[in-house]
Amino acid sequence: MIAAQTPILILLAPLFSGILITIFAQKSKNVAFFLLILGMVGSFSAACNVLLQVLQGSGPIHYRLGDWPPPFGIELVIDHLSGMVLFMVSGAALLTAIYSKHTVEVEIPDRIHHYYTLYTLLVSGLLGMVATGDVFNLYVLLEISALSSYALLARGRGLAYIATFKYIIIGTIGASFYLLGVGYLYIKTGTLNMADLSTMLATPEMHQSPSIKIGFIFIILGIWIKMAFFPLQGWLPNAYSCASTTTSCLIAPLMTKVSVYIMIRLMFSVFSADYIFKTLQWQQFMVWMACIAIVVGSVSALAQRNLKRMLCYIVVAEVGYMVGGVWLANSNGFSGAVYHIMSDVMMTLCLFMAVGAVIYKTGETSLEAMRGIFRRMPITAAAFLVGGFSIIGIPPTCGFFSKWYLITGAIETGQFHFVIALLFSSLINAILFFRIIEIGFFSPFDENGHGTHQVIVVNEAPAMMLVPMVISAASLIIIGLYTRFLMSNIVQWTIPVGL
Amino acid sequence: MDNVLTYIVSGYNYWAALILIMIGMYGMIAKNNLLKKVIGMSIFQSAIILFYISISYKSNASIPIIAHGHGVADHTAIDPNLYVNPLPHVLMLTAIVVGVATLGVALAVLQKIYRVHGTIEEDEILESIKE
Repeated sequence: MIAAQTPILILLAPLFSGILITIFAQKSKNVAFFLLILGMVGSFSAACNVLLQVLQGSGPIHYRLGDWPPPFGIELVIDHLSGMVLFMVSGAALLTAIYSKHTVEVEIPDRIHHYYTLYTLLVSGLLGMVATGDVFNLYVLLEISALSSYALLARGRGLAYIATFKYIIIGTIGASFYLLGVGYLYIKTGTLNMADLSTMLATPEMHQSPSIKIGFIFIILGIWIKMAFFPLQGWLPNAYSCASTTTSCLIAPLMTKVSVYIMIRLMFSVFSADYIFKTLQWQQFMVWMACIAIVVGSVSALAQRNLKRMLCYIVVAEVGYMVGGVWLANSNGFSGAVYHIMSDVMMTLCLFMAVGAVIYKTGETSLEAMRGIFRRMPITAAAFLVGGFSIIGIPPTCGFFSKWYLITGAIETGQFHFVIALLFSSLINAILFFRIIEIGFFSPFDENGHGTHQVIVVNEAPAMMLVPMVISAASLIIIGLYTRFLMSNIVQWTIPVGL
Repeated sequence: MDNVLTYIVSGYNYWAALILIMIGMYGMIAKNNLLKKVIGMSIFQSAIILFYISISYKSNASIPIIAHGHGVADHTAIDPNLYVNPLPHVLMLTAIVVGVATLGVALAVLQKIYRVHGTIEEDEILESIKE
């Protein structure tokens, strides 16, 4: 009985824990934290269960909300792609929830229960966006997660308010564009269900219709704004780097990756590979845009003196990897992009957690905060190194394998500029991380300039922060080692028809 | 000339939505006062709501309530041309709620900006950040 209801439990567990936190946890921080963990564990175990069902069973799971049959009612559709993304999102949310215990107490001293309620709402919005099979429902969940992320980002420091305000304006334009595009599709087809839409859009008249084309342009523009794809990335670095540590650990890995997932879902489950690559034929242009995004993101990251801002620009570059991989229009590029969604969630999570721990201990946010890091905080430093190696793409971390697939895909289609952009970005990332390693090993620790031969006390972050960080760092290596398994069991099944 | 007029008049609801969207976009991009940006955002969202509502219209159709539909034994087929499409209205109820929530969050953040920077003029805020 309960097994049939697990798809909806993925979203309901965080939602209800949010409601419970608002009601019961006004006085006590520990109750709020306990309820948050409870919700995240519930959601994660439901996601594991559903992923296992998908892997064992035949075909995707359809869950009808209120038992209304699909074209009229809303349904949740969980196939290999969405099952995998649900697993990663709920897992990352659980790890960040454990991590948040200490940072939230320092950075958000008052009204912790409100903060945690927004946290759960954001997570359930993101999970809902991944699971839903209805384009209008997707808009509503997009706005739920966007609204809670505005409120979370605004509770930061420095210029957080003004940065969040810009994000509100730009994010609303993005969501409204998406809604407008859905309106065009609704006028032409009269349905909002994704599966129904894709059968209606498959006819030649629909392929030639300018309304459908305009609708697609509006939808894809809206999603690009949400995922901070070049040249629409202006809001991201300010908004994410001014946010508190927990917020950036949660939002930076998940928000952009879920948007990439939605782009893939709409491109191939609502429209078709045929329509996108044969009728529209944007792939040349789009791969060039992805190359520019990668180069701009990497070069801007190199110019930063603030650790978090540097990571934010790396996120912008990583979005370019995935968009480029999808628009390469062949199966290797596509699997590279899907695999990269999986690994990039963990890479950015690991890096943001390590940097968050450094900021928590030193109170500094500049690159100089990393001085003496290898002796003061050896475990954090090791996690940071693994994350950095994965971003650079050093085997056996998963970053190497996603780049491998992306480059193979690019060579197969002859898009050598994409290969060059990927290698260029690897080089820049190598410079970035080795510069930090140099600061960590060789820079004198104290201001007088003679820190190298005095005793430095190990001053590691608390265990509640270290455990999730080490898990995320270990998962980078595990994902890398099990690449073949993941490719043949999950990623291979996500490749859409026509690629 | 006649053709152009017919073209515009035949789809006047789309033109109205388009003009409102443009006004909203202009407000968000060009205005210096942050509150005016928020108003532009609200106009932009309302334009999309009007766009959706207008597409549900059919000429000579009534409200989508079936007279004596409930409890009548013989279910005769209902002619959809007699009723306007209720679905966009329902969708827009949700969109209105979303719009109100966005407006609320934007205004709350704006209030915080005013408390921190002492102004809601964008150029003055940028000046104060540089110093």
